[in-house]
Parts: sequence; C-alpha cells; structure tokens
Amino acid sequence: MPVTQIAAQSLPVPIPVPSSHEHLSHLRLLEAESIHILREVASEFERPVMLYSVGKDSSVMLRLAQKAFYPAPIPFPLLHVDTGFKFAEMLSFRDEMARSVGAELLVWRNESAIAAGTNPIALDTRRCCGLLKTQALLDALRHYKFDAAFGGARRDEEKSRAKERIYSFRDSAGQWDPKNQRPELWNLYNARVHPGESIRVFPLSNWTEMDVWQYIHEEKIPVVDLYFAKERPMYVRGEALLPIEQAFVAHRDEMPQMVRSRLRSLGCSPCTGAIRSDADSIPAIISELLSFRNSERANRAIDHDQEGSMEIKKREGYF
Amino acid sequence: MATLSSPSFSVIDYLAEERGKDLFRFSTAGSVDDGKSTLIGRLLYDTQSVYEDQVRAIEGKGTTVPGQIDFALLTDGLRAEREQGITIDVAYRFFSTARRKFIIADTPGHEQYTRNMATGASTADAAVVLIDASKGVLEQSLRHAYIASLLGVRHIVVAINKMDLIGYAEQQFRSIEHDFSLLLNRIAQDTGNPVDCVFVPVSALAGDNIVHRSSAMNWYAGQSLLEVLESLPPSRNSRLDPFRFPVQRVIRPSHTFRGFAGQIASGTVTVGDFITVLPSGKTAQVTRIVTFDGDLESARSPLSVTLVLDREIDISRGDLIVAAGSQATVARNLDAALVWMDLRPLQRNRRYLLKHTSQTVPAVITAVNHRTHVGTLQHEAATTLELNGIGEIALHLMRPIAVDLYRHNRNTGAFILVDPETNSTVAAGMIHAIHDSTAQGKPLHGSSGPLTAEERSARWGHRGGVLDLKAPEDLVDLIERDLLLHGFIAVRINADDPSPSSDHSLLDAVVQRVVDAGLIALIAHQPDSDEITAHSGSYTTALAADSPAQAIAAVHELLRRAEIAVNTQKAGLQ
Ligand SMILES: Nc1nc2c(ncn2[C@@H]2O[C@H](COP(=O)(O)OP(=O)(O)O)[C@@H](O)[C@H]2O)c(=O)[nH]1
Ligand SMILES: [Mg+2]
Repeated sequence: MPVTQIAAQSLPVPIPVPSSHEHLSHLRLLEAESIHILREVASEFERPVMLYSVGKDSSVMLRLAQKAFYPAPIPFPLLHVDTGFKFAEMLSFRDEMARSVGAELLVWRNESAIAAGTNPIALDTRRCCGLLKTQALLDALRHYKFDAAFGGARRDEEKSRAKERIYSFRDSAGQWDPKNQRPELWNLYNARVHPGESIRVFPLSNWTEMDVWQYIHEEKIPVVDLYFAKERPMYVRGEALLPIEQAFVAHRDEMPQMVRSRLRSLGCSPCTGAIRSDADSIPAIISELLSFRNSERANRAIDHDQEGSMEIKKREGYF
Repeated sequence: MATLSSPSFSVIDYLAEERGKDLFRFSTAGSVDDGKSTLIGRLLYDTQSVYEDQVRAIEGKGTTVPGQIDFALLTDGLRAEREQGITIDVAYRFFSTARRKFIIADTPGHEQYTRNMATGASTADAAVVLIDASKGVLEQSLRHAYIASLLGVRHIVVAINKMDLIGYAEQQFRSIEHDFSLLLNRIAQDTGNPVDCVFVPVSALAGDNIVHRSSAMNWYAGQSLLEVLESLPPSRNSRLDPFRFPVQRVIRPSHTFRGFAGQIASGTVTVGDFITVLPSGKTAQVTRIVTFDGDLESARSPLSVTLVLDREIDISRGDLIVAAGSQATVARNLDAALVWMDLRPLQRNRRYLLKHTSQTVPAVITAVNHRTHVGTLQHEAATTLELNGIGEIALHLMRPIAVDLYRHNRNTGAFILVDPETNSTVAAGMIHAIHDSTAQGKPLHGSSGPLTAEERSARWGHRGGVLDLKAPEDLVDLIERDLLLHGFIAVRINADDPSPSSDHSLLDAVVQRVVDAGLIALIAHQPDSDEITAHSGSYTTALAADSPAQAIAAVHELLRRAEIAVNTQKAGLQ
C-alpha cells in the first residue's frame, strides 16, 4: 500500500521530560525496564559483554547502556561477530560508534572457516550461519570467558524468540533448552550459573520494531545509512533485490540496475535482500512500516530454510 | 487515529499520538483447548498486528477446517508445541490500538506448567481467564484465576469462549458467570487480594466480541474483550505510594560524583526530599536526580534514575532507599505465600538463596504453615511443597532486609528462592506477614533471672531512652504516630500538664522506670519561643516547623545518634 503523503519530514520533536504528574509514554516505560536489566547484569556478572551487531536494535541497546551508567562509561566491552560478509558501511559505522561512545570494541571472526571459503551459496544457509555466526560467537564467549552476553533480539521478531526469557540460560555448550527454562517472575532475575555456563540477556525483549524506530526518532540515535532509501546498484531477481557486495555470484548475463532501495534489517550481504523504498528519513521509515504487510524477517533468507529454523539455530547457540 | 489510506495522514501527528499511549500487560490462560491461542491469534489478526508472511506461513496448516486459518499457529512458537498442539511455555505477544500498547503473556494451562503461568502473571496488570462455554468451569481456569489473584493481579477478565457451539445462548453464559463469580470471591478471600472481574461472552474462532461487538448476542450489552482491556487501569504501584528505591549500583566515575542507580519501585522522589537508607537507617537529603537526558526535579515509579545525596553515607547495592516519613520494615522473619516451581520438593531448614529487589540473602524455610488445594481452596497440613504446589511458609533470613507486604507493594513484597546447588529458581514468594521489626531475630531461650537491657532491646527492637520535644501538640502527635508505625514503643508524658507531673521528682521517677523498661519516654513541652527542638541523650536538633516529614526524619536521626534506635545491619551481621 503506497503512502500517499508524508508531512514535514524532520520537524524537531522535543524529548518529553517525565515529571511526576505527567503520563509516562510506553517508550519511557520500556526504557526504564531495559535500563534496570542492563544495571542488574553489570552488577551481578563477572564478565558481561554486549553483542553489537550494528543494526537498529543494537543502536538502541547501546544508547540504553549509555543511559544506564551515566555519567560513568559503559562498564563492559562490545563484541561484534564479523562473518566477513558484512556490508562495508556497517564496519565503518561500527568503529565510529564504538569510538564515539567510548566503549571497548572486540571483533571476532571464525578465521579458519572464512579462510576455507565458507559461504551460503556453497553450503546451505543453516550450515553457513552455524560456522560463521554461531561457532564464532561460542568461540569468542569461551575465549574471553564472558558469563553474560547482551543481545538486541526482540520477542516480536519471530515465534521462538517470543518464548525467550529476559535472562536466557545456556549450558556449557552454549545451548538453549526451550522446554526447560527458568521461571522468571517480576523483575527478579536469576543470575546464578556454574562455571562454563552463561546467560544471554535480552534487554529489548518487550520492544517492537515500531518502538525501536520511534525511539531512534525521539532520541536522535544514529543508524547506518543502509536503512535509508537511495539509488543503489542491485541485481533484480523477480521480487528480490540483491545488493552487490563481496562474494556475490551473478548469473551469466546478469547486469546490476540502479534501484531506489534500502535495507529493512541488516545481516550478511548474501542473505539480506533490499526492498524498493522511498523512505529516506526516520519518519518516512515509520510511515512505511505502518504500510507493510510483511514482517521484517521476510527478506532474510536464513529464517526460512526450515520450519522452526530459528528455534533450531537458537538451541545450537545462535543468538 | 489517522489511517494510512486517508490522504491527510501525517507521521508527525501519528508520532504525537503514539506518545500518548501507555503500556498494559495482561496474561492469558485456560484449560487445554479452551481456545486461548485462537483468541490471541484473533486479537492480533483483527488489530492488524500480524504480517501477511506470518499468516501465509500457517495457512493450510493446523486443526481447523480447510479454508479457515488456525490462529493458534500464530502463537505456539516451539516445535514441541506445534507437534503436540499445546502451549508449554509463556509466549509474549505485542499489539497496539489507538489507546494502548499491549503486551500479552500467553501462558500454558496444563498444571505441570503452573510455574510458567506464574511467570506470566507476575508482571500482568490484568488476567484474561478462558472458559469453554460448552464445558463449564474446569480446574485449570480456577488455577489461573487463583494464581493471578495470588500474584496481585487485580482485574480478572473472564472470556467465556466457544459461544458459537452453544448457539450463543444467554442462559449458559449467565450460569457460568454466576458460578465463577462465587469462586472468584472465595479466591479473593483466600489470597487476601481484592479481585475485580468482568465477564464477556465470545467466540474466538468467529471473532464475536473479541475486537468488535457481536450481533449474534444482542442480550449482551457490555463491551467487547478488547474494549474492556483498553479501559482497565494498570495495577502497578502508583506514584502516590510511599517512595521505594532499591539500589542496583553505585555509580562513581570520579571523585566528584557518587550516585545511586536504581529503578523507582513505587512512589515519587523530588529534589530536597529526606530519605532513609535501609537497613542501616541513615538519613540524607536528595540533592540531584540524574539522567543521561539531564537532571530531573522529580521522578516517579517506574523510571530508572540515579540519585545523588547531600552527605557521604555508606550505601551499597541491595540497600533500599525509602521516604524518611514512611519506611519499610527491616526484618528477618517472614510469612509468605509460595509457589513451588522445582522438581525437587521444598526442604525445611535447608539453605536457599532469597532474591529480593537487588539483593540476595541466604534463607531457610522454618515451617510450612499450610498447603492450598487450588481445586477446593482447602488448606491442608503439609511439611513440604512439591512442583506446582502452593502454600504458606515461614522464613528465616540470615540477615535482615527491608521489605513491605506484597499487598502493599508488588516489588518490595516479592522474592524468588534459588537452590544454591542447582542454581534453579525453585519458588516465587509473596510476603504476607512480618514477624519482627528489627534485626534482632535471635530467640530468647534458656534465660532466667532478671531481664537484661539486651533482652529488652532484642524484644522491643530499640533501647530505652528519653526523647524530649519542644513542639506544638499536632507535631508531637505526628511523631508519636510515626514512632508507633516503626515499631518504637513510646510512653508519652505531657510535661506541661498540671498534675501529677508538675511534681518534678515524681516525673523523673516515672521517666526512669520507662527508660529502664527499655521504652522511650516521649516528653512533650509547649515551645516557649518559635524554636522547635528535639533533645535526646547529649544531642539536640532543631525541627523544621513547616515540614513534618523533615521533622520526623530529624527525630529518627536523633534516635540513632543517641543509640536508642539500633543499627539494624550491624546487629544482624553479628
Ligand atoms: N467452535 C469453536 N472452536 C474454537 C473456538 N476457539 C477455539 N476453537 C477451537 O478449539 C481448539 C483448541 O483451540 P486452541 O486455541 O489451540 O486452544 P488452547 O489449547 O487453549 O490454546 C481448536 O481446534 C480451535 O480451532 C471458538 O470460539 N469456537
Ligand atoms: Mg494453545
């Protein structure tokens, strides 16, 4: 459904300052809950880390971490799992963000799998993710002995994510047992683990995609340019728009076209399709979102390879 | 709400409207096959909260007749759940209307997953209980209502589903409404928490009275389920409750800044407020309320903020900052309702870890007062609770903590128990009664002979002493009432009364007896100037005439300095 009209694009919107007599908006309530979670983890675990994936959810999570410890700096490092297939713009943005918030940034790559030429075309997407994301993540957590890792996943993203606790227990192999999760009542989180076990923490559990964009808008949080529409070279295959980045294998005689497009969610370039769009500002993205008939993961190849594929990946240790 | 298709749609207006929305959480539960998943799927679908690809992914699957979407598949997220057609664990779902953002905790109805039901109810503002109209009230509906009430969910919305199967007949609806109302009354009596209930006849499958009012039931004049949910007040702690702030973390980036980070559990804090830190009992004044977005003049529950105080006092994670005028109780002996959630049954006198707000304390369960049979609401004698068992227990903590009753405060009255060997969360607890108001939980056994000052102070929770007030009568009244509330036992003596206290030696003798008995002699004088003072031991404090809260805080501080009030934390650690 096309959006017929988008009014004044970037009017400054004042950030509502809460006072005791005012109504608290849902964003303030979500923010307060997330900050509480961030502070609990930083205080109860010995070596927490924040998974920073460069996307919009990570950007919100990073801002919440700044807020939680202000005026002190963020008391844990950021970790980026680089598959080697990330968009170049993502990497430069990542480095710039870490610098500007003054956080320590760790980058981890499964170098042996990357050197062996692992890619989603030769392998299926599931095995590719298994090596470049899940394995790399588990290796990094083990190497640094992190006992808690924040992730920006939201319960509204996908059915098995809807079942996640805020503190999601992982055994010493990093695996999730969805049928046997710890009860989680009120805001009392059980942070106890034996050596080698860990907790994945999801401070954005109760945020929706719309909440995230509204928060980015109100808080003026920087996001990667790939989210905004502009003319980009794409291979067009039916409905799909495939961005040209590393490791793209074109068909014979296939030529890229310039398409006004953007990414709705950021992943690895071979597995992330773009969408045709004119949304070149946050308000425009929000109105586009209102008109969408498909979920944000519809353009991600990795979630469709198998019924319940996210659950399987998560059981194996994926975020 | 402006819709997208209207040409005047403005995203700026839309965002302004969004800022006016609040957040409302509700849980759902019912017996297997009551239609809970279908109802939620229907709520999501009819409020345009599911995407087409999600609908496409479930089309042609599930248990409904061909052509009809099995909405349950939208919510059952685990493979085991889809295979077995049941809900195992809580699934969280989100949707919004023009008025509200909703978070649904969709919980399983099976008794064996009761703990997941409790997980969903613990943060809910309301509970939607499903009843299959063709089957009537089953134990699972009762169980959900009971747990919701036990966990302090005030609003229970009873959706009587599958009305289509009984020809939308009013009579059956009314009879279920009648029976279940009686049960809800008994539940409320048992849990001690008031319940407000609403009954709505619905068909989740056909969509009757879910979002839109149905024309199939003209005899029903009430609101649709969604309309009910849109109009209920949230049942969280309000900003008018006493201020409670569990300290999560001390923030100290440099020598010039020391702040206490936490989420306001209840009430409001304003710059200039006097606060007391529990369990130490130290008092200070709030000088700043710090946030990343700038300092606030005042902040309320449930915001996360950082407080800066006017003096250096020892505060660490786990301490509870409270309004000086309305304190929480520092205690080691509690009675609590418990939901047992572990395969290993409750063991008396075994060490568990109790997590309460931001602190963890070793604790033992000294007795099981009773077990509640949820089906009959009978209390049974018991020595243990097994998985999914519900009962009331007596707890003894290894060190005193500051608590409120759960019915007064859902944050500072709640705790979980963790097994220190397995690290499992084994129980959820709600404080029902507090047995000591001080840290001196030691039993006074085996003593004989005259009572000692130690024994008296262990019993009263404070030492004997004189508190001399030169203050107007109404302020003395306030202070006396505050002392009583905080467990101080004071004997008031109006020094200006003509007889018999005009005889000074007699007055002195009375005061001495009171002090020897370990009580507080509260001697009140009319002030002879406009200077209002409190005096105790070798300390004198001026009291603010215009602020009773400050005056009360100053009196507490004075009692501590004069060592009448016992430093509870130190005593507890002995
Ligand atoms: N006739 C009728 N069937 C319903 C209704 N709601 C649910 N059902 C059916 O009842 C069965 C159980 O529904 P489900 O939502 O899975 O129940 P749950 O176990 O409570 O989640 C399914 O076959 C549904 O299609 C209703 O309002 N009317
Ligand atoms: Mg179900």
